[in-house]
Amino acid sequence: MTDVAISPTKSIYNPDARTRRRNAAEMRFRLYGLSAVVVGLVALVILLWSILASGLGSFSQAFITIDVPLTASVLDKSGTRDVEELKKVSTVGYGNVLRVALMEQLARDKVDTADVSEKEIFDLLSKEAPATLRNMVLADPSLVGQTIKFKTYANGRVDGYFKGRVTLESAKLDSNITPGQLLLAERMQDAGILTSGFNWDFFFGPDASDLRPEAAGLGIAFIGSAYMMLIVLVLAVPIGVAASIYLEEFAPKNKFTDLIEVNISNLAAVPSIVFGILGLAVFINFMGMPQSASLVGGLVLTLMTLPTIIIATRAALRAVPPSIRDAALGVGASKMQSIFHHVLPLAAPGILTGTIIGLAQALGETAPLLLIGMVSFVRSFPGAPPEGFLDPAAALPVQVYNWTQRGDPAFVERASGAIIVLLIFLVVMNLVAIVLRRRFERRW
Amino acid sequence: MSLGALLLIVIVLAILGAVAGRRRALGLVGGDKRALHSLPGHYGQVVFLFTAVPALVLTGLWLFLAPLLIDRMSSESLVGSSLTDDTAMTLVMTDVRRIARGLEVLSANGSLSESDISQMRADFSNVRVRMAEAGVALGADVGPQVFEAAKVYRDYSNTSRVLMNIAVIAVAIAGLFWSLTRISKDYRARNASEKFTVVMLIAASLVAVLTTFGIVFSLVFETYNFFRMHSAADFFFGLVWNPQFRGGSELGILPLLWGTFYVSFVALLFAVPIGLLAAIYMAEYASKPMRSVAKPLLELLAGIPTIVYGLFALITVGPFLRDYFAQPLGLGNSSSSVLTAGIVMGIMLIPFVSSLSDDIINAVPQSLRDGAYGLGSTRSETIRQVVMPAALPGIVGAVLLAASRAIGETMIVVMGAGAAAKLGLNPLEAMTTVTVKIVSQLTGDTEFASPETLVAFALGLTLFVFTLGLNIVALYIVRKYREQYE
Repeated sequence: MTDVAISPTKSIYNPDARTRRRNAAEMRFRLYGLSAVVVGLVALVILLWSILASGLGSFSQAFITIDVPLTASVLDKSGTRDVEELKKVSTVGYGNVLRVALMEQLARDKVDTADVSEKEIFDLLSKEAPATLRNMVLADPSLVGQTIKFKTYANGRVDGYFKGRVTLESAKLDSNITPGQLLLAERMQDAGILTSGFNWDFFFGPDASDLRPEAAGLGIAFIGSAYMMLIVLVLAVPIGVAASIYLEEFAPKNKFTDLIEVNISNLAAVPSIVFGILGLAVFINFMGMPQSASLVGGLVLTLMTLPTIIIATRAALRAVPPSIRDAALGVGASKMQSIFHHVLPLAAPGILTGTIIGLAQALGETAPLLLIGMVSFVRSFPGAPPEGFLDPAAALPVQVYNWTQRGDPAFVERASGAIIVLLIFLVVMNLVAIVLRRRFERRW
Repeated sequence: MSLGALLLIVIVLAILGAVAGRRRALGLVGGDKRALHSLPGHYGQVVFLFTAVPALVLTGLWLFLAPLLIDRMSSESLVGSSLTDDTAMTLVMTDVRRIARGLEVLSANGSLSESDISQMRADFSNVRVRMAEAGVALGADVGPQVFEAAKVYRDYSNTSRVLMNIAVIAVAIAGLFWSLTRISKDYRARNASEKFTVVMLIAASLVAVLTTFGIVFSLVFETYNFFRMHSAADFFFGLVWNPQFRGGSELGILPLLWGTFYVSFVALLFAVPIGLLAAIYMAEYASKPMRSVAKPLLELLAGIPTIVYGLFALITVGPFLRDYFAQPLGLGNSSSSVLTAGIVMGIMLIPFVSSLSDDIINAVPQSLRDGAYGLGSTRSETIRQVVMPAALPGIVGAVLLAASRAIGETMIVVMGAGAAAKLGLNPLEAMTTVTVKIVSQLTGDTEFASPETLVAFALGLTLFVFTLGLNIVALYIVRKYREQYE
């Protein structure tokens, strides 16, 4: 053997420059992949964090509690306690009652009001307060003549001050609030007139106008969304399951079934806003259904969810092994009996999971509902079904959009709060779907 | 009788029929089930189906067709007035319908009797005040002719309601007795009921076809109306989007298409590399525990409603980009911009791209990888030089699907991209998209017959054609690719 100089560096234990380069490239590539995953997860965290941070405030609220003497000579001049008579006193009249009561309360609790005018003090109360008081009295005329403990919202800016959204600096530039008012609010908090508490009205109250963010609630949106989900459930599930059974079990392979198949897969990809256009053109203009009714919303969402449900149901039906069908046919069942008595029950968990996921999608859908008039301002609760399906209603995601379009930043907080509620619903629905799948899924 | 009560009656009739059918079948053979062709329950099923289904179909058809007929008949009473052209007519008919509904409300809550209504004249009693009581706000003062038409309309709809009730119940009863009389010992009840069921299953699967048809029909029809009022060339080639409520709008689609494609491009620029790399990492590198945690978390992004992304763009990403990029660089000072919408939409599309690519990468046969490893390539070399080229058609398909999603996306651009229709290159400026304009032209108080409203349908049709085209191409590519390795 001649000495063919084997360089000691040519060994896999001593990687040469090229191998090192290749290994470095390998490391880099791996790092790119990892960082892509991390970017995705970080985006998720930032998204959730920013919504939570700006929305949690909407669950608590600053309230002002005062003793209000409902003097009969002011509120009921006739003395009959007749509701029609009581209605003659407008909210302005009740506003005056409240103002006097508030001033007296401040004096009683020895709160220093030296540098704030009476009008400014009154402005600490929500603009909703006189109407609330009036409705209370109209609902129960026997209150007149008594002194009641009246708890109402503080103005949205005052509320924002205690949540850190409004500062003394920003108040100087704000035409709606002065630093003096905020300092007074702080003194009122010390005196126990102004308190913070959990805001139930955010969940159950109706929406409120632009100037009263503190009074805006999700009640009507809840009902509207619930009605729509009910309609989707009642229509989309039977139709979707029936269509899937036909396509999966009965349909012969021909042009006609191909047409249906192509249609379903295309519908799944049509942008949601196009369904809104369909709803507007067909249900509202052509068939004359009322605008912003939950019936129209429910129908549009039904058409949108159908492909999801059909795809899930077909997968579930396909997962049931043919031996089940064969066994049923073998003991004399008809094809229909084998499907309805055996295949369908076995596929039910899968169908249910698909349905819940479809419903969750429908619950969060916004764009088509904007087009069928659900953006309009609704202040009265829709009636009980079935007639209530035709009443104007709102929907959770549309309410969020609505609030973001308003000027007052307090509404952004409300919108984020509503998103939190919506996300909680979605998480619960998806968890139920996962649990169902884990619990009932059968591997054949 | 309300609709609910009518439906309840039909269902009760059908259930009674089912019980009677079963009884009758058993009675015919003296209780000996074996003598029957089918199970006793099948006889009941047949009666149930023949009672309920025709009646319910009739109800649906009636509710669908009657308003059209009533519209036509009550608008005849407006003939001879000055309203000759179609668009004015549709507007008046809306008023007619609303007044009729208001009258119905008033008579239902007892504040107006029938004779009050027939004596009510638009010129005498103040219709507007009464209508406001019923929750119907009328714009202009109502002419006597319109009010008369509304009364006619109301009469017709009340008559139609009564007729419908009678007809539906009659059909239900007829179906009930007809199917009962058909029952005999040898009647093949199971075959009949199953045939009926199959027909219903087919009808259910036709809903999807009907929906597509409805979408295409409504879009094409209204777009045609739009092009009668506005020139098609101006729409497709116009460089200015400037709707005016007094007419004379310039409605060119190009600025909107530009905005749409710009935003989608930014979104894809963001989503495709991240989604693809994440998919590669998940498929080829990630350990099992990591995959089981990270994958569902990433897919969580896909389950979040778009309104949440919209709000994220509005309150977080928009102000951030404005304060740290746009203003310091002097490139603009609006928080809604192409970049805002693009980035947020990109985040939304990451799981979409990654789960599609994941499927596609996993479909590449292991033998290709093994071959590459056998030749001594590293994992990344295998991925870049073997797996990626093999998966490329599928990935192109996935990107096209993501693009179609991006083009059709609405809430993120409504809340993040802005409303100004511009043909510009600056990504930190607000621009607008097709979907934003569909929303803005169709929400709020819209006069249905104006080109400013109808243009939304032309925009919708454009959007539909684009997304459908992209989808068909993408699905074709993906399918072709799948077949390659099967």
